[in-house]
Amino acid sequence: MTDAAALPADPAMALKRAQQGKSYWQRVWERLRDDKVTLAVIGVLVMLVAMVVFAPWFTVHDPYTGSVLRRLKPIGTPGHWFGTDEVGRDLWSRMVYGGRLSLLAGVVPVFMALLIGGFLGVLAGYVGGLVNSAIMRLTDVLYAFPSILLAIAITGILGSGLQNTILALTISFIPPVIRISESVTTQVRHLDFVEAARASGARPLTIMRYHILNNVLGPILVYATSLISICIILAAGLSFLGLGVTPPNAEWGLMLNNLRQALWVSPLVAALPGVMIFITSMCFNLMSDGLRQAMDVRL
Amino acid sequence: MSRAKGAAVLTADLPGDGRKKVGEVRPLLAVENLTKHFPLKGGPLNRTKAVVQAVDGVSFDVQMGETLGIVGESGCGKSTTARLLMHLIPLDRGSIVFDGLVVGAATGGLSHRDLHRQMQMVFQDSYASLNPRLPVSMSIAFGPFVHGLAKPAALKRGMELLEAVGLDPMLFANRYPHELSGGQRQRINIARALALEPRIVILDEAVSALDKSVEAQVLNLLVDLKAQFDLTYVFISHDLNVVRYISDRVMVMYLGKVVEIGPVDRIYRDPQHPYTRALLSAMPSMDPRRRTLQAPLTGDPPNPISPPSGCRFRTRCPFAEDICGAVSPALLVPPGDDLRAVACHMRLPGSGHSRAAAAA
Repeated sequence: MTDAAALPADPAMALKRAQQGKSYWQRVWERLRDDKVTLAVIGVLVMLVAMVVFAPWFTVHDPYTGSVLRRLKPIGTPGHWFGTDEVGRDLWSRMVYGGRLSLLAGVVPVFMALLIGGFLGVLAGYVGGLVNSAIMRLTDVLYAFPSILLAIAITGILGSGLQNTILALTISFIPPVIRISESVTTQVRHLDFVEAARASGARPLTIMRYHILNNVLGPILVYATSLISICIILAAGLSFLGLGVTPPNAEWGLMLNNLRQALWVSPLVAALPGVMIFITSMCFNLMSDGLRQAMDVRL
Repeated sequence: MSRAKGAAVLTADLPGDGRKKVGEVRPLLAVENLTKHFPLKGGPLNRTKAVVQAVDGVSFDVQMGETLGIVGESGCGKSTTARLLMHLIPLDRGSIVFDGLVVGAATGGLSHRDLHRQMQMVFQDSYASLNPRLPVSMSIAFGPFVHGLAKPAALKRGMELLEAVGLDPMLFANRYPHELSGGQRQRINIARALALEPRIVILDEAVSALDKSVEAQVLNLLVDLKAQFDLTYVFISHDLNVVRYISDRVMVMYLGKVVEIGPVDRIYRDPQHPYTRALLSAMPSMDPRRRTLQAPLTGDPPNPISPPSGCRFRTRCPFAEDICGAVSPALLVPPGDDLRAVACHMRLPGSGHSRAAAAA
């Protein structure tokens, strides 16, 4: 209150300031900027994405041509600094190209599950009643299967391949997303400010847009980013089992599977795709933690 | 401002009372036989196992410019009444007439949207009733905005209202609810309620959660705003002193029914219903020689799922007799005091209660 006198007591200016006022997301961004760990993690992820998108610029060797003469070279071999795999292909090239499929299989299912599951969950939570029962009971049916089993079953039926992997993972991630969005929405829906918005005569869609969505999107988004790491691991798991991407395509899980036989000969090389999976999922997890903190306005 | 005016107005249209009083003014809000029973569902087939009779046949009027206080213990239906008035929950039976128009009527009535322009509400929980993701100026401006005002104009209106509730727009417009104190938040809520220029504001325990000093400030603000914007208040509280300070008339509720209604001075000076008497004698006295030594009422109110037959207060009433269990007393004007109404057999001549006067 003390510096009130120092500011020009001009309502027009106050109005201007209010219109230019920082929105919630602007504030989140400001807090994110101060969080060095999250920034670093996001930096690593951006580099990773840039690397796999512009893979030819980052690699020298073709990921698909190998030579029997160059099989299982150790890390540090001149020309193949990350070694070569069991058929003599450059491991660095394969890891960069393999990141394409791995990231695709990790991000796309979560994004689709976020769209579909988020929509259904918010709908169920906001409308309630019969709609809620219908959506949630269907979710329960899918929930009865562990997500890896569900994914295995679906790819088992549809056959292997990237598209089927993405489809299977999307389906297995929809139920948890619905769960979270439904429970967050139900919580928010019963708060007094939604009642107050109804009391001001607003229509349901307007209330949804101005009062529900900005309160539920944050938690759902944070939850979804934490799913990405699980999704990458599941996709790798499917490939490892031979249900995901098929050889000779490069994919981290598949590479891990193929290099498994070389574990005794060249353990470090065999572990490299696993290291990539670890780094990526770690980064996504840390990013979701950082997002969660930045989005919590009460801190 | 309107204490005298409100006290001079009659309690019109009591149930079963066909008389029209001389010089009667059309009430701003006329509530008739308001009823809300919440079903309790359970079991494998989700069948209705019981109903909570939250509000059962409540009738009252609110005159233009007055403040009607509603008091009662927790769970007596005060807040449910408020939400029914606002049409936030659908009512089971009864009618609400606002300024001569039936609310929600199929033809010729007042639509809910129009009702909300004229009637607004302030909630008890100042934090939960503000969107944590919106700056407070936007929360205030939301009402005008959904009713068609452009965003800049709505925000401008929000600024004016911030000023009106004693908060500097320069400092507060861009703040978020968690950056304000409880009193400041409740001021924002009041500003939000006023944004649609309502004629009547329902204050549901609006000051109950505040510190005593802040409570006094907000009460005075409410009194000032009432004069400034020509408002009518329905003031719900369990704090009898606050109700006495702000109200022109008081309505006492017990287990979903009205037990007594009348001008605040008379009710506080001479309560007629045994429950009102017990409630008032539970107020701490400022005089240590007149301290309350005996609890005026013991035990909890009975379960509203299966309320006692007849008069609902009889299980805790020191004067209960057979007639009280047999017949539910209607809310009637006792002889010699036509400004108030009481629902008690003792005040009804010829009711059969040993303390009632003989039939006239």
